Amino acid sequence: MKVAVCVNHVPDTETKIKVGSDGLSIDKTGVNYMLSPYDEVAVEEALRIKEKTKGEVTVVSLGGDAHKETLRKVLAMGVEKAVLLKDDAARDSYAVAYGLAQELKEMSPDVILFGKQSIDYDDAQVGTMVAEMLGLPSVAVVVKMEIRDDKTVLCEREIEGGHEMVETKLPAVFLAQKGLNEPRYPSLKGIMGAKTKPILEKPAPVAEVRVEAVAMRKPAAKGTGKILGTDKSAVPELVRLLHEEAKVI
Amino acid sequence: MRILAFAEQRNNRFKKSSFETVKAARSVANDLGAECVVLVIGSGVEGIAPELGPYGATRVIVVDDPSLAQHSNTAFAAVIAGIANKENASIVFLPASQMGKDIAPRVAVKLNAGLAADCVTLKAENGDILATRPVYAGKALLDVKVKTPVKIFTLRPNVFTATASNGAATVEKASVTLTPKDFGSVVKEVKVASGRPDVTEADIIVSGGRGLKGPENFHLIEDLADVLGAGVGASRAVVDAGWRPHDEQVGQTGKTVSPTMYVACGISGAVQHLAGMSSSKYIVAINKDRDAPIFQVADYGIVGDVFEILPELTAQLKQALGK
Repeated sequence: MKVAVCVNHVPDTETKIKVGSDGLSIDKTGVNYMLSPYDEVAVEEALRIKEKTKGEVTVVSLGGDAHKETLRKVLAMGVEKAVLLKDDAARDSYAVAYGLAQELKEMSPDVILFGKQSIDYDDAQVGTMVAEMLGLPSVAVVVKMEIRDDKTVLCEREIEGGHEMVETKLPAVFLAQKGLNEPRYPSLKGIMGAKTKPILEKPAPVAEVRVEAVAMRKPAAKGTGKILGTDKSAVPELVRLLHEEAKVI
Repeated sequence: MRILAFAEQRNNRFKKSSFETVKAARSVANDLGAECVVLVIGSGVEGIAPELGPYGATRVIVVDDPSLAQHSNTAFAAVIAGIANKENASIVFLPASQMGKDIAPRVAVKLNAGLAADCVTLKAENGDILATRPVYAGKALLDVKVKTPVKIFTLRPNVFTATASNGAATVEKASVTLTPKDFGSVVKEVKVASGRPDVTEADIIVSGGRGLKGPENFHLIEDLADVLGAGVGASRAVVDAGWRPHDEQVGQTGKTVSPTMYVACGISGAVQHLAGMSSSKYIVAINKDRDAPIFQVADYGIVGDVFEILPELTAQLKQALGK
């Protein structure tokens, strides 16, 4: 089975965000980057499908040269081929989806995997947009998936307060949620091997930006940090404040 | 100018986020001098459509068909895009619920529209909409404008108000021709989890972290949650340790939440956790460590042992609430 997995290179979750001098994006100074955590789950699922079906996996990312670091990590996990659709300019989700869709159309994989959202812009649109652009079905926020011999797929996806059992048929797009699997750590052999695996670089297909950033800012500081006490004698005061001041009870 | 708002229902009941979306659409429509049309999709849903009137809907279109009883992102997107075209709508609002997020990207492609996702404020100015959306799990806010002739916005649940007032809606039926291809993925069954509200929809969340010392102690969190009718949340540390399920995780790699009150118990407040919950209206922190970062975002803090404070708080609230 032919599998494609799309990944993004994002600031580490421990990053304290500062607004950059352009006032539109973050200050990248000193920021550590990582494979977006949901994308990591998608990579693991891609590898499991490959191993089960004796198939092949290609990882695709759209962005600047820095994305190679994340692509190397994915190669170290066991993926064979990497494609970098190069573009240093800022894109919105539509423009990213458009670029990826053009490449994926050529590859025509049976299974296309994404993380449920990239943890930088938290848009949660790219995977489903790619599916629509390619005329494929999609299942988002997948916590379980079972591919049957007849190419039907039964998925369990998370919704508010429950799960939906969704049936679809390959080729299809799946957006991975944490819990779908436990991603593997790259082995030392994998890390060494990844250094010599090729990353195919291509210019990213051009697309218009549809959602324009006007300004980025930090949210207003929160909380008064009022400490009510250091043992359970503070509880009555807390209950009183919740009732009289916050009026939440 | 016409705004189309999608009102999600499940089991023929509207979700609170649908009322929020309808009300926000009405408010933006008034500011822009636009018309507002609300769309309901499902099977046997005509009867519930008038419930949207008190939230500002004056005209509700119902697409009612047995094939639409269960959610299908492809079919629902085809219906929304079809009605948007028929109505010549240039703005489409959906809740940024799991259903809305599953449909909106498809509607955007179908309508050649830009999509501003998960908005927390919408400002109508000069005939346009300036939307604000949290990025990096809320560590920053981004103001955006959609440049395409048709614009789509999804609205974060629990942020916009949904107070009912007087108002009645006319209800009309419409249909959209669907083909088998429009049912590319279909929900076969819905499994409902615990009776507690989901953290993305809960008005109050009681959340536990490593300070609980083990999964066996989470009944302290659940007891307090049940007295308050709250949802149960968890920090990444305890989810990664396998103490709690993934769907309870609050933070940058879990859920971003905006309840009226968030009670953090035994949670130190890692950057990625604070990002996911600091837009809560009131934050209560209970932690042994006076220097824990959670106290910097808290409105009310108690420096103390969760094993001592939580049972006392649960007991006193039970009494105060007459439970």
